[in-house]
Amino acid sequence: MKNTSATSDWILFIAFAAAVLTMPIWLAPFGANYPDLMQKFAIFGVFAIGFNILFGLTGYLSFGHAAFLGVGSYTAVWSFKLLTMNVLPAVVFSIVVAGAFAFLIGFISLRRSGIYFSILTLAFAQMSYNLAYSVLTPITNGETGLQLSLSDARVLDAAVGVSTGRSLPSTSLFGIKMSGLPGFYFCAVALIIGFFIALRITRSPFGTMLRGIKSNQTRMSYTGLNTRPYLIWAFVISGMYAGLAGSLLAVTDPLAGAERMQWTASGEVVLMTILGGAGTLLGPVLGAALIKYFENIFSAFNDVTLNQAFDALPDGLQGFVVELVSLFVGDGWHLTLGLLFMITVIFLPGGIMEGMRRIGGLFTRKKPQPASSTTSAVADPS
Amino acid sequence: MDALILQLLNGLDKGGAYALIALGLTLVFGTLGVVNFAHGAIFMIGAFCAVTLRKLLTISTQVRDESITLFEAYKEVPILEAKFPVVGSIIVDFSVPLAILIAIPVMLALGLLMERGLIRHFYKRPHADQILVTFGLAIICQEIIRHYFGANPIPQAAPAVVAGSANIGAFLGLGDNVVYPWWRLIYLLFSFIVIAAVFAFLQFTTFGMVVRAGMQDREMVGLLGIDIQRRFTIVFGMAAVVAGLAGVMYTPILPPDYHMGMDFLVLSFVVVVVGGMGSLGGAVLAGFLLGILQSFASMNEIKSVLPGIDQIIIYLVAVVVLLVRPRGLMGRKGVMED
Repeated sequence: MKNTSATSDWILFIAFAAAVLTMPIWLAPFGANYPDLMQKFAIFGVFAIGFNILFGLTGYLSFGHAAFLGVGSYTAVWSFKLLTMNVLPAVVFSIVVAGAFAFLIGFISLRRSGIYFSILTLAFAQMSYNLAYSVLTPITNGETGLQLSLSDARVLDAAVGVSTGRSLPSTSLFGIKMSGLPGFYFCAVALIIGFFIALRITRSPFGTMLRGIKSNQTRMSYTGLNTRPYLIWAFVISGMYAGLAGSLLAVTDPLAGAERMQWTASGEVVLMTILGGAGTLLGPVLGAALIKYFENIFSAFNDVTLNQAFDALPDGLQGFVVELVSLFVGDGWHLTLGLLFMITVIFLPGGIMEGMRRIGGLFTRKKPQPASSTTSAVADPS
Repeated sequence: MDALILQLLNGLDKGGAYALIALGLTLVFGTLGVVNFAHGAIFMIGAFCAVTLRKLLTISTQVRDESITLFEAYKEVPILEAKFPVVGSIIVDFSVPLAILIAIPVMLALGLLMERGLIRHFYKRPHADQILVTFGLAIICQEIIRHYFGANPIPQAAPAVVAGSANIGAFLGLGDNVVYPWWRLIYLLFSFIVIAAVFAFLQFTTFGMVVRAGMQDREMVGLLGIDIQRRFTIVFGMAAVVAGLAGVMYTPILPPDYHMGMDFLVLSFVVVVVGGMGSLGGAVLAGFLLGILQSFASMNEIKSVLPGIDQIIIYLVAVVVLLVRPRGLMGRKGVMED
């Protein structure tokens, strides 16, 4: 990053905030301006930003981040059940609990690096997932998932005399119901705050330290520096982001299930970050939004809509094309995801941001810069 | 005591599958230095070789049903059985063992294709890239299989001769309570044979000797004028065959579905790490060890003391081993130790 003056950072931040808040307007031409989808953009944006703080800055590839997302969701729903339907306490509790959980796992996992770190985090995430399904059923409600019920205590709500009546209450922020557009704006504000903090971290001495660990950890320790506390902090912070994302999922839809903790979910956030560009600020958000957008579009197709779309083709060809395309859409969306994954890693390890930089380089007629440590893709931390 | 023996056998069975997959993972890692997350998908594709063969063998035709005399009734009979009544039904019955013959060339071709087409370009890339690209490949394999075979498990029958159970108790002099399915015993024997064959191949053939030398010091072997790269590619194909065969033989025990590969992969990786990256003996030992531990942990007596232990025992062991002895049970010094 060449021009990292404070002014350009502020411009970046304000542009980002404006872009996020005006999403309902400029997403309309793409047919993506309905609240449910925009909530997903914001929530997974938060998740990916947090993941990027660990992976993008330090190069430690965690394959278990979904566990923190799940823990955040469970905590939020429990806060709704026991305390109040107000979303603020739920969000705060989720961040704290996920952070504590991340500290525990990070403390152990970070004793190793490289592929061992990946496998350790994967092992912990699978452990949490299995436990959530079996022994911890009283807390997680097993396969059904944790849901609100009429018999919940909600101590604080009861104390201030908010009666829920005979129907299930909905989540709210001091009376504003957190569904639809208000829900989106709540998530959007969380995303903007998250982005701001990530920006500050990246520019801070702490962030520089993390990038130093990525480019050469051995040299860092030869200078007499103990890198472990920095790594643990990075891990905890990114765990807290995941917890926040998990709680936002619960805010917009108050239920939590163990499948959120599965390792395929961890793989998804890795893909989001890589697709957008690991180590860049905007990349992860971009990647998250793109994947959620395409997921939404691609899963909506089925054979009927496909046949309509290719109706103009001659019969035999139509059948063939529909057969071919149906591999990639609808249920087959994951195939597209896998393909995208491979193409990104093979041809564009720096992600979309790297691609845009290269295209920009073509126009300015400058020789493209060799990837700097912040924008280069995945480096082995060892 | 009876229960213990049964759980031991169960564990050995599970361990057999883990060991075979972990063996392939270790071979690939030891030779090419590549972390292959698509290895579970190879296991799964092997299992679906068996499914495909049975499907092909049982393509049916309408035949007059002689048992109904009142009206003309037709029933579906596999063409093979209709044409050759005796031999045909035997072939259909033995479709799973026969699938081995199909699986060997298919898996070898698949392995070579994968290595030449994709893995080759990732030797010099960081391990994280290797993990990610093979993870993507695994998703693709899995989704293609799901597209053609559906999401539900497809049960496969073992040949009728060995469909029953063996009375091990009587054999060991423990009474008639200890019975165990024949097919699982065969599977156990099969995994021993395959493992022994791989080790013998590496130990007693010239090819194996070169490969072992290459694992020690690749550059030196190259300098001696041996095309070590080609040998390693063949080793990758071999690893694919081993995993594929494990998949074929496992189908009567666990009805294959599209995500069985992922389920086994995560566990097999843990097995490799516990055994020690790059140590073949370690992979086999840890495979059986963890299989046995897992099945003992799922006994009711133990579950009542430590609820949920059966779900996490393998991961727990892995965490402890990684922290206490990072190079694994039998890992060599200096191989991926940090």
